[in-house]
Amino acid sequence: MTSLAMSVSDSLTITRRNLIKVKRVPDLIVFATLSPIMFVLLFRYVFGSAIPVPGGLSYAEFLLPGIFAQTVIFGSTITGASLAEDLQKGLIDRFRSLPMARSAVLVGRTLADTLMNVLTIAVMMITGFVVGWRIHTSIGEAVLGVLLLLTFAYAMSWVMAFVGLLVRTPEVVNNASFIVIFPITFIANTFVPIDGFPSVLKTFAEWNPVSAVVQGARELFGNVVPGAPEPDGWALQNPVLYVFIWVAVFLAVFVPLSVRTYRRTAGR
Amino acid sequence: MTDAIVVEGLVKRYAATTALDGVDLTVAEGSVLGLLGPNGAGKTTVVRILTTLLLADAGRAEVMGLDVVRDADAVRASIGLTGQYAAVDEYLTGFENLEMVGRLYHLPRAEARQRAGELLERFDLVDAAGRPAKTYSGGMRRRLDIAASLINRPRVLFLDEPTTGLDPRSRLAMWEFIAELSDGGTTILLTTQYLEEADRLADRMVVIDRGTVIARGTGDDLKAQVGGQRLEFTLARAVDLAEATRRLRPLAVDEPRSDEQSRRLSLPVRGGTEVLAEALRLLEGSGVEILDVGLRRPDLDDVFLTLTGHATEDAAAADADTTTTGREPAPTAGSAR
Ligand SMILES: Nc1ncnc2c1ncn2[C@@H]1O[C@H](COP(=O)(O)OP(=O)(O)OP(=O)(O)O)[C@@H](O)[C@H]1O
Ligand SMILES: [Mg+2]
Repeated sequence: MTSLAMSVSDSLTITRRNLIKVKRVPDLIVFATLSPIMFVLLFRYVFGSAIPVPGGLSYAEFLLPGIFAQTVIFGSTITGASLAEDLQKGLIDRFRSLPMARSAVLVGRTLADTLMNVLTIAVMMITGFVVGWRIHTSIGEAVLGVLLLLTFAYAMSWVMAFVGLLVRTPEVVNNASFIVIFPITFIANTFVPIDGFPSVLKTFAEWNPVSAVVQGARELFGNVVPGAPEPDGWALQNPVLYVFIWVAVFLAVFVPLSVRTYRRTAGR
Repeated sequence: MTDAIVVEGLVKRYAATTALDGVDLTVAEGSVLGLLGPNGAGKTTVVRILTTLLLADAGRAEVMGLDVVRDADAVRASIGLTGQYAAVDEYLTGFENLEMVGRLYHLPRAEARQRAGELLERFDLVDAAGRPAKTYSGGMRRRLDIAASLINRPRVLFLDEPTTGLDPRSRLAMWEFIAELSDGGTTILLTTQYLEEADRLADRMVVIDRGTVIARGTGDDLKAQVGGQRLEFTLARAVDLAEATRRLRPLAVDEPRSDEQSRRLSLPVRGGTEVLAEALRLLEGSGVEILDVGLRRPDLDDVFLTLTGHATEDAAAADADTTTTGREPAPTAGSAR
């Protein structure tokens, strides 16, 4: 087998193994989708009435792309927690003693978590339709919107992979990532327009890649008011490009870093 | 005969400890080496370096003529590893676990499945093959873990404490598996804390303590170093220990050991039951009340006491603490405990 064919085959074997776990522990999916559904309902019906959206857009239309972004980013934390669990249970040792591709455990992990994210986005979209969210663009643009979300989450998965291999305790990975992910998904245009933020937070939100993911998704799903003024800042005026710069940087840094850490890491 | 494993001057340091301090050993192709040592001796560290999981700070190691650092991939393709703790995926069934490992050894799917089936049968896991490994008992997990390490028919197999935590019946079954593998020509490096286990399975033994080799040779070589049998008494009253020691001293071939807390007296002796009879005769009329008496073969603690002057950490801890029932006794080959 060529080394490329070997890497692909090993990664798929690992992906399959990770998906079997999802099948055996359906609670994983239930909770991965239940909490964003709860977020949709809370924001839409509790805060939604008090949050004015510019240009007369319905809050549901404004909110859903934000919820999508938050959900897939949370989905990426599973990568870190699962790798930490595999380390703790000695499975990484088993894998490292096999003549398999050195990147396969990580590629297979991030791929499986991306597939999980596809599923959660689908559930979110259905929930969105129920509460009044609509797509106003073409199928092609909507698909690009989903890809934008998945691509950013995929890059985040590699960041989380590194965290998981470093921290080595699933609970700590979860807590540590929440400490980072709550602020970056809240100090953004996710749930409320950022125009009213105090100036420091507004600048942060403008350059926060999560804002760009949300802005890009809103544009690609058509959840913006036609003819509304452009958002402030280069990042939000060119959200897709800006997101891809972040994705490229994350992957360029964290793929080699995580693979290197994996090769040297030791279980118990 | 050529050597399947060659280890020279292996050193591994951690911040606070030197896990290995210059270990040398060789294992002839097709033979079984028992690597013996108490907790923290460095057994697992040796295994991890040989199986490419850990880099040594100094020294070198070869498996089947391949350097474990430079030719790590080739080494991985020719070895099997069963770690100290069973590394099975709890969410996968027994069959899925083995199939996955087979695929990761790059066996074609059909062959991976066939191998999985064969090994499930051999390790008596057919009934549980379709159940997630989460539902397996400790012994079943251990068997599944060993099965996984055999998928690729490795020429060299590493078993890190394969019987620790198994009940006596599972332990005997495991000994049989290991003996069968060895008969089939597999080179095996096996770590254990039990002299009896190494004695039964291994052609040669290497004893390590605190990262250095303190003895090596066949089981008989080691026992010869330690001396023959032990005559052991447990007395009703600790105050009688001195009197009993005084009367029995002529039988001892080495310094007797007595322990106040357990009221135990242990004498290295030569000979068999006639020594026992002689000992009882010597104690006649002394008023020493005996609760238990027996002849036993030397165990790892005796090896340690003789070679290093200190007991294994566990034994030392147990002796210091009268509230515990002491360490787990070494298993005796073929005993019906
Ligand atoms: N990752 C690590 N960091 C620091 N010290 C370590 C590490 N791994 C092992 N050690 C130390 O190295 C020494 C040897 O450990 P090792 O696991 O090889 O012993 P062992 O003979 O396998 O013991 P046991 O019978 O308990 O399994 C111990 O003192 C241990 O504390
Ligand atoms: Mg060990």
